[in-house]
Amino acid sequence: MNDSDNLIVDTATKLLQDLSTPSIINDAEAGKWPGGLWDALEESGLTLTWVSDELGGAGAEVSDGFAVLKVAGLFTAPVPLAETLLAGWLLGQAGMNVPAGPMTAGPVYADASIDLNGGKLTGSARHLPFARSAKHIALIVRDGGTPKVALVAVADCAIAHGVSLAGEPRDDVSFDGVTPLKVSPAPAGLDETRLAMVGAAMRSVQMAGALQKILDQSVQYATERVQFGRPIGKFQAIQHSLAELAGEVAAAGAAADAAAEAVARGAFDDADVADIATAKIRVGEAASTGSAIAHQVHGAMGFTYEHSLHHATRRLWAWRDEFGNEAQWSIRLGHLVAKRGADDLWPFITGA
Amino acid sequence: MAATGFRFPKVDLGPEAEQLRADVRAFLAEELASGGFTPMADSWTSGYSAEFSRKLGAKGWLGMTWPKQYGGHELTALDRYVVTEELLSAGAPVALHWIADRQSGPLLLRFGTEEQRQSILPRIVRGECYFCIGMSEPDSGSDLASLRSSGKRVDGGWLVTGRKIWTSGAHLCDYMIALIRTSPRDDTARHDGLSQFLIDLKSKGISIRPISNIAGEAHFNEVLFEDVFVPDSMVVGNIGDGWKQVVSELAFERSGPERFLSSFVVLREGLREIGEMPNDGAAGSIGRLVAQLKALRRMSLGVNGLLQAGESPVAAAALVKEVGTRYERTVLEDMRQHIPYRPAGQSPDAYASVLRDGILHVPSATIRGGTNEVLKGIVARELGLR
Repeated sequence: MNDSDNLIVDTATKLLQDLSTPSIINDAEAGKWPGGLWDALEESGLTLTWVSDELGGAGAEVSDGFAVLKVAGLFTAPVPLAETLLAGWLLGQAGMNVPAGPMTAGPVYADASIDLNGGKLTGSARHLPFARSAKHIALIVRDGGTPKVALVAVADCAIAHGVSLAGEPRDDVSFDGVTPLKVSPAPAGLDETRLAMVGAAMRSVQMAGALQKILDQSVQYATERVQFGRPIGKFQAIQHSLAELAGEVAAAGAAADAAAEAVARGAFDDADVADIATAKIRVGEAASTGSAIAHQVHGAMGFTYEHSLHHATRRLWAWRDEFGNEAQWSIRLGHLVAKRGADDLWPFITGA
Repeated sequence: MAATGFRFPKVDLGPEAEQLRADVRAFLAEELASGGFTPMADSWTSGYSAEFSRKLGAKGWLGMTWPKQYGGHELTALDRYVVTEELLSAGAPVALHWIADRQSGPLLLRFGTEEQRQSILPRIVRGECYFCIGMSEPDSGSDLASLRSSGKRVDGGWLVTGRKIWTSGAHLCDYMIALIRTSPRDDTARHDGLSQFLIDLKSKGISIRPISNIAGEAHFNEVLFEDVFVPDSMVVGNIGDGWKQVVSELAFERSGPERFLSSFVVLREGLREIGEMPNDGAAGSIGRLVAQLKALRRMSLGVNGLLQAGESPVAAAALVKEVGTRYERTVLEDMRQHIPYRPAGQSPDAYASVLRDGILHVPSATIRGGTNEVLKGIVARELGLR
C-alpha cells in the first residue's frame, strides 16, 4: 500500500457506494447491464489501474489495483472490474495496447489449452467470467506449445451462457476459427499457471472485501433484531459466533494482503506461490465458515432474495472455487514445502 | 456502514532483526548438536532449564526491549518477536524465564518502583530470576474479579492470606506477581479494590503443592498463603489499581507466537516422516496447515507492530490468541490422520514424542491466559455487541 491508495480507495468507495446498490446488483443478475456503474468506473480510470501510461492505462501501482478490488468486493460490484484489471495486466505483460471497455481474461483453469494455428485459434474456455458482457478477451494461447498472449473480440466468438452461484455470467466460449485482433509473444515465465496465480490473488482480495461486508451486516443486524425482549447480539451464543466471524475476516484480510504484495513483487518464486496459495486457502476457508455464520445470525431474513446478504455470500461461494480452490492450492503448497524438506519448513515460513 | 473488526498492519522486520534471527538459529543449531536440549511441543510451559535460560541471558536475548540501565538491550518489540519465534519453533526449553521476560519485567518497568526495577530486572536479564503469575484461585477462574485472597493492612506492609492455583512453575520461581484483594468486595464495582503484590516465594507462610496434569507432569501448583507478610516496598503500582494494571499486560500476554507455535515441532517432525514425495492427501493437509500458520503469523506480527508503535491492541491480541490456540489443535488432529501416534518403544522417536506432548498439553492451550470463551467476549465487546 502506498500514499496514492487512500485517494484511489476514496474514489472507488464513493463511486461504488452510490452505484453498486442492492437494486442495481439485483438488476444485473436479471440481465440488465449496470451501464451507469461501469461507465463511472471507466471514466475514473479505475478499470485500467494495472495498465501502464504508455499502453493506455492509469499507470498506478499493482497495490492500488488490489486496494480497489477490496472495495469492489466490499460493495459486491456486479461488473467485470477484476476481470478487466486481470486482462489489462495480461496484455501489459506482453507489451500490448489495452482497448477501452469491459474485458475478461482466460483461461480460468490452468489445465485448459487454446491453440494458435496458422493465425487462427482452436479450443474453448470454460466458465469465463462476464464473457458476454465484455468487449474483448485477453487469452494465453499456445503456438506450437509456446505461450503467447492474444487479444480477441468477443463478437467473433461463440458464447454459451452460464452463471455462477452468484448469478454472474460464467460463459463457455469457443474460439474455433477465430482470428485474434493481435498476438504477442509471452515474456518468459508467463503461462496459464501464472495467470491463475494472479487470478487467485485477485479473487482472494475480492473475497476479503466481501467478508468484511458480511461482518458489517451481521453485527448491524444483531444489534437491530430483537428477540426475547433484547437485541440478539446481547446473547452470548450470537456474540461468540460473531467473534468467530471477526477472526475469520481478520485472518482472510491478512492472507489476502500478503498475496497482493506477492503479485506486486512479481517474482512468482516459491515464496510468492506460498503467499498466494496461503491467501486462496485461508480466505476460501473464511468464506465457507464466515458465510455460514452470517446466514445463521441473519436467520430466515438473510435467506430471502429481498435481503442483500446474498450479494456477498453467493459471491464468496462462487469466488472460492475459481482460480483453484482450497484443496487444489493446499496440495500444491504441501508438495512445495515437502520437496524443500522438514528442516527448511520454518525458514521458508519466515522467508529467511 | 462503518467497517467493523480488526486491522493488522504489515510489518517489515528489517535487516537487523533478520541478522538477529540468523544468530539465534546458529545458537540453536549448536545447542541441538551438543545435546543442549531435545525439541519439545509446548516448550514454553513445560521445558524448564535454568542452564538454557542463563545461556539466553548471556546471549542478550532476555529483557531485550528494556532500558540499558536495568541491564536491558533497548531493542524493539519486533526484535524480541523474532527471537521468541525462533526459540518456540525449535521447541527450545524456555519455560523457566518465560513469564519474567514476557510479562513481569515489563510490568515492573511500567508500574514498579525504582528499587524493584534495580534489584530484579538485571537478574531477569541474566536468566537468573524467574516469575510466576498468581491470578486464578480455586473458586475464581474466568471470573477473576471474584478472587478472595486478601491483604490485611499491618504496620509497614500487608498480611496476605489465601490460595492461588494453576500457578505454573511456582515451585521453581523466585517471585510471584499476585493479584490480591486489598479492600472489601463491592458488587457494584467488582474490579475495584484489587492490588498487585510482588511476593518472594521464600517468604514465611507460603506452601507450594504440585498438581499433576494429564501428561503426568507437575508444572503447575497450588500456592497457599497463611499470613504472609508483604512489605510496602513490594507493592506493584498503586494499591487498588491491580485490575487496570493486569489488563495492561494482556496485549503482551496474548498476541505472541507462543499462541500458535506450541505444536509447530509436530508439523515439522510430521513433515519429516511424510517425506519429500507425499500423496495428495498428506500434501493437502500440510499445505493447509502451512497456510493457516502463515496467516496467523502475519496477524500476530501486526499486533506486535501496533505494540511497538505504543498502542495497546487488547482485543486484537485476544482475537489472535483465540484463532491461534484453535490452530494448535488442528495441527495435531490433522497430522495424526497421516501418521498415527506410536506408543513409546525403546528407540528414540522424535515424532511420537512431540505428538504425545502436543496432544496431552493441547487442552490447556484454549484455557490458559484467558479461555477462548472469555476471549470471544472481548472480541464481541470490540464489535460493539456488549
